[in-house]
Amino acid sequence: MSDETKVLVIAEHDNAALYPGTLNTVTAGVAIGAPVDVLVAGHGIGEIAAACAAVAGVARVLVADHEIYAHPSTEEVAALVVANGGDYTHILAPASTFGKALIPYAAALRDLQSISDISEVVSADTFVRPIYAGNALATVRCADPVKMITVRTTAFDAAAAQGGGASVENIPAAAATGQVQFVEQALSASERPELTSARVVVSGGRGLQSGDNFTMLEQLADRLGGAVGASRAAVDAGFVPNDYQVGQTGKVVAPDLYLAVGISGAIQHLAGMKDSKCIVAINNDEEAPIFQVADYSWNEDLFAAVPALLAELEK
Amino acid sequence: MHFLEDARTVKILVPVKRVIDANIRVRVKPDRSGVDTDNVKMAMNPFCEIAVEEALRIKEAGDAGEVILFSAGPSRFQETIRTGLAMGADRGVHIHTDEPLEPLVVAKMIAAVAEKEGADLVILGKQSIDGDNNQTGQMLAAIMGRPLGSYISEIKKNEDGFAITREIDAGLEKLQITSPAVVTTDLRLNEPRYASLPNIMKAKKKPIEALTPEDIGVQVSHRMEILKVVEPPAREAGVMVSGAGELVDKLKNEAKVI
Repeated sequence: MSDETKVLVIAEHDNAALYPGTLNTVTAGVAIGAPVDVLVAGHGIGEIAAACAAVAGVARVLVADHEIYAHPSTEEVAALVVANGGDYTHILAPASTFGKALIPYAAALRDLQSISDISEVVSADTFVRPIYAGNALATVRCADPVKMITVRTTAFDAAAAQGGGASVENIPAAAATGQVQFVEQALSASERPELTSARVVVSGGRGLQSGDNFTMLEQLADRLGGAVGASRAAVDAGFVPNDYQVGQTGKVVAPDLYLAVGISGAIQHLAGMKDSKCIVAINNDEEAPIFQVADYSWNEDLFAAVPALLAELEK
Repeated sequence: MHFLEDARTVKILVPVKRVIDANIRVRVKPDRSGVDTDNVKMAMNPFCEIAVEEALRIKEAGDAGEVILFSAGPSRFQETIRTGLAMGADRGVHIHTDEPLEPLVVAKMIAAVAEKEGADLVILGKQSIDGDNNQTGQMLAAIMGRPLGSYISEIKKNEDGFAITREIDAGLEKLQITSPAVVTTDLRLNEPRYASLPNIMKAKKKPIEALTPEDIGVQVSHRMEILKVVEPPAREAGVMVSGAGELVDKLKNEAKVI
């Protein structure tokens, strides 16, 4: 929007693949002022750096490929962002657990007030962001000289993964404090699409009654090429792991089709899915609040409805 | 670590925030200046309750001697401190200001109080359910130069500091962090207790120190201006369907999403 803007996007990945939210973050960056640079930190990330360089709209990729970034802490990435971010007017990351931890930390190191979870770029200093679990949208203007931003990735289209031709430049590791040591990760292994970027999401709530009953939803998700999500109640009850949670404090999704099965529809859950294109709710409680936001409401026992739906889809 | 030598001297600081009760549906003011908070039920931010609970459990396990609550805001924020004192915290520090506060300023205030009190551990909620910023804990760790454990679902003290488990988008992550430290709580760290009536009575006598931002050397600056606050576009309720055949037909031919 202005010739003076210079945007840096911090890429998110797992050393094996670039996370799709990075592409949506690039789009937000381009909306502020193209072209944008990308910083990627990791270990053995030659292919990821190449993937970043191929993204349309990216001018330059800064690569910190070092052993210490195999599982970097927030502090380590923040140190790198501060060491290499001096020339930029805007520094962006996806509003994932990675970006939400990183950006405020890096902002405070530079005495900047960060801007969380933007859903719209109004101008180079003005942004829209949801507050109160998405029950209100605030338009905020930031007076700080550098804007430190996390991006609600579902609110921006993904930048084209191909078509760019950015230069790639290696940068040295930044000094770290050594206060945080990585121990291990227990990640949910799944062949299904990633929840926040899936085209279809099938979510289950307390109504599923057990983790075993989620098998039905997995079958439905597989039939529709989708991901499986859950309400907080289902995660708290131990039916599924924490990374399934959709809602105000979990993941925000906006798929083409969101199937809410046995989910009553608390405000906090709606906050994570109400921007879905089409919402289907299956619930045996006709008073369930989820029916007030669903495009198609099916007042039926889920243990009858889901097998019937699976059978119908097999036809 | 020094605090292991005498757990009675270990201090835990827990910042708490007063927010609109999580069960209330908020209303945007007609003049678009914000959300209506007049005559609305207020409560301690749920993530702060989890933080208070965890601090109390650490103290009850014999690993800390004192749990100090912090809050910054108008005088009625003392009620929120009082709620935490009724849960079992020992005393409170209230930074009195009627100015709107941004996370960076709050983080500076907490840092000042944490330094003054010599807090070994600061436990914060990962976000407040009003602004949904999810910033203050991270900023505090950066300002104080202390290790950050964000979004934790488990914390265990050991001789090297704390072993923590974080809830991350892809699953769980275990880290070892040194002490003193800053951690932020996720939902599944614990289930907060309710205050008993005797403890509510006892809490009335517990001390709350009232200070101003000037007293702790923090200037209340404003970098963010709220231009307007509006309601999101309403989502209309759709239609009822009565069977799988009808639903699949509508998804294929009407919504065209499968």
